[in-house]
Amino acid sequence: MSAGGGIAVVDYRAGNLTSVVKALHALGASLEVTSDPQVVGRAAKVVLPGVGHFAATSFLAEGGLAAAIKSRVADGVPFLGICVGLQWLFEGSAEAPDVPGAGLLAGRCERFQTQEKVPHVGWNSLSLKPGSRLMAGVADGSYVYYTHSYRAPARIATVAVTDYGGPFTAAVEAGNIMGVQFHPEKSGPVGLTILKNFLEL
Amino acid sequence: MLTKRIIACLDVKDGRVVKGIQFVDLIDAGDPAALAVAHAEAGADEIVLLDITATHEGRGTLIDTVQRASRNLFVPFAVGGGIRALDDAAAVFDAGADKISVNSAAVARPELIDEIGRRFGAQAVVVAIDGRRVKDQPVAAAEVFTGGGRKPTGRRVVDWAREAERRGAGEILLTSMDSDGTRSGFDCELTAAVSEAVAIPVIASGGAGNAAHFADVFGQGKADAALAASIFHFGVANARELKTELAKLGVPVRLPC
Repeated sequence: MSAGGGIAVVDYRAGNLTSVVKALHALGASLEVTSDPQVVGRAAKVVLPGVGHFAATSFLAEGGLAAAIKSRVADGVPFLGICVGLQWLFEGSAEAPDVPGAGLLAGRCERFQTQEKVPHVGWNSLSLKPGSRLMAGVADGSYVYYTHSYRAPARIATVAVTDYGGPFTAAVEAGNIMGVQFHPEKSGPVGLTILKNFLEL
Repeated sequence: MLTKRIIACLDVKDGRVVKGIQFVDLIDAGDPAALAVAHAEAGADEIVLLDITATHEGRGTLIDTVQRASRNLFVPFAVGGGIRALDDAAAVFDAGADKISVNSAAVARPELIDEIGRRFGAQAVVVAIDGRRVKDQPVAAAEVFTGGGRKPTGRRVVDWAREAERRGAGEILLTSMDSDGTRSGFDCELTAAVSEAVAIPVIASGGAGNAAHFADVFGQGKADAALAASIFHFGVANARELKTELAKLGVPVRLPC
């Protein structure tokens, strides 16, 4: 256990981290998959992946991980939340109303209200706001891969939106706090560009 | 706009691709790991690897294949064939699959869908259904077959799709046994019946012969995605070319890719 200067990929016992880890490895990242708040506490960067149910994030609060992540974010360390990891940045989600989010961003995540099919699964396009470090080099209209039923509200921190029965937050960036609703590890060269941008911060 | 997915399918036996698409520039055209990456680079939106190996030794080979394929694969990767228990699924996920596909084992014991979904999330569970129309009966009477299409089950396709969704399936992979291998088009009527019955995405399979067949199954068939295998043998070079044709026909697809 080290992660001193490395990237902590937080394992909160929800779903499958293999794909995220493989993509980061392919980009040459030095990382540690961990559930240890102490490892998170000295990481140079923190990645919070997530596939599955928002309720799984309750593990973060119980194990002291949430406090460690928030403390590290307050230190200015770059943070990237993926899918449920992005949703956790907000105050909570209708998917598990009793489980609080980190509250680093205002608002709550809600289920899609649309005539379209839910879950939203597949490749959909990004509308980008200029100036994002995370989305640098990504062309407006690029396609990324989604699989989710709940979405984060559009806020001042929103740097990309996707339309599915109305626009929703595809990516946020507020200083060192970043998140993406889609799966960059499964979004081909576009997704790898985004991960590489994060690694190079 | 959400695009229609073109999914490249590799049929694998004892670690070798037995059917599917050949790439002339590959050193080993039978290696599923190399082919999976080649398909992704040629524009496929997703890769499905279906293992038809019957032997125990071959199962170990599958895990090795999934590991090698997923190392350089950065599009969604589904693996099916021989997954009978939660442990089988866990091993395939650990090896690098994003989704697993279950077929006969889920019909035999439907709780398998619930178990895998609870542990890995609904998005990770694809329920594959092999369906056949019943002569002189409406499409709603189409029957589910298992064991590689050999064994009738007495279940109706639409009912089984609904049950799979209720149990936590993330997607349905529907193969029309009547259309499979004909190259005369997908069974749009059956696909639409299933797609209208469930809220989860439906992947159409069986019968593709040209780009217009894909446009039909995305339109009339209301499919969310379609499986492409043998079409790449017959005049369409790869997924990028297929999607370029589809874009001309007005189908939303991921381009450039």
